Amino acid sequence: MSVPHALLGLLEREPHHGYDLKRLFDAYFAPDRPLAYAQVYSTLARMEGRGQVRLEGVERVDGPDRRRFAITGDGHMELERWLNEPLVPEPHLQAALFTKVVLAILSGRPVEPLVDAERHAHLERMRELTAIRRAGALQIALLADYCLFHLEADLRWLDVTAARVDELRAQILTLKEKS
Amino acid sequence: MTAFPSSVLALESTAPAVLAASGLVKRFGQTEALRGVDFSLARGEVVAVMGPSGSGKSTLLHCLAGILPPDGGSVTFEGARIDDLGEGDRSRLRRTAFGFVFQFGQLVPELSALENVSLPLLLNGVRRSVAEAAAAEWFPRLGLDGMERRRPGEMSGGQSQRVAVARALVTEPSVIFADEPTGALDTIAGEQVMELLTSAAAGQNTSVLLVTHEARVAAFAEREIVVRDGRVSGSDR
Repeated sequence: MSVPHALLGLLEREPHHGYDLKRLFDAYFAPDRPLAYAQVYSTLARMEGRGQVRLEGVERVDGPDRRRFAITGDGHMELERWLNEPLVPEPHLQAALFTKVVLAILSGRPVEPLVDAERHAHLERMRELTAIRRAGALQIALLADYCLFHLEADLRWLDVTAARVDELRAQILTLKEKS
Repeated sequence: MTAFPSSVLALESTAPAVLAASGLVKRFGQTEALRGVDFSLARGEVVAVMGPSGSGKSTLLHCLAGILPPDGGSVTFEGARIDDLGEGDRSRLRRTAFGFVFQFGQLVPELSALENVSLPLLLNGVRRSVAEAAAAEWFPRLGLDGMERRRPGEMSGGQSQRVAVARALVTEPSVIFADEPTGALDTIAGEQVMELLTSAAAGQNTSVLLVTHEARVAAFAEREIVVRDGRVSGSDR
């Protein structure tokens, strides 16, 4: 899971307080594993240091100060780069892949090119592993098999997600309207 | 060992691709199964065709192989149009220049493994003794020693599918069309079939068009195309 990129994706829509970001992150990306407030603020601080977000203002209403963050030009570029570049194919990428799919839907970007790019990157890695297992001793082949099976599982998940993307889009956009 | 239909032989090959499609359209009633597909397969290349069920993968294979005539666009083999051939010429092309492996080997149950492998040669007019000698050479190459006289019902699924691979390769075709060739096999048997199919095809510079929904099987190919709603996307070429 790439928390910074998920936060950049949420900030791309509009500036938010840390509190809002945590609430939106939990709703869209991790309903089963809520993000800790401390992680939201520490991540925002690191992103601010990298120039990807900026503090837009501090609101003093009831309770503690609320710091409102906005995405910067560098933040936009980083988000665009992350969405367009396939992830380095390795087992268990589900959370990061899911974040990409949801962000694409939220921002109105097409999902299919993203899925195709990830599939292609996965298959490229699987071709390398297949070549290794064809040439290697059994212990090498079995180790390659382990990676191949996990990459294949990620791809299956990606295909199922792609097949249900319209349904997912409808549900996420309903959530967006409520938020 | 390819004897092309006269209308194909009449034209010289100018295209670098062994098989190509341009703007391919195929309809079944109101349903448009292929909606303008462009595709090319180089000599000796192995390409995987992926995509969800019902996306048009098998229809694409059938149109490229001359099993189904397309409703629009063109298919060229060795640079010559084949989509406008009559059924007789297409059938001859399939027997001589193409090989086929399907999910269920579709071996003739009454014939022995050796007779099944000989069959395409016999249909092409090769004498039985010559055909069986050529067929017998494939058995050790595909790990089928001693299986020559067995009937399909006396072999495992993996062995039957390797016989089907031998039958597809025995005419030394230019292109093998494999539609879910491992779909009915367990993982190890499926990988053996793919290993043997791709190695043997490479050995005689045969191209392979492989329809599969399994990523591990597609990883035996050099590249993949994705068919979605009758269109091709996700190709790296």
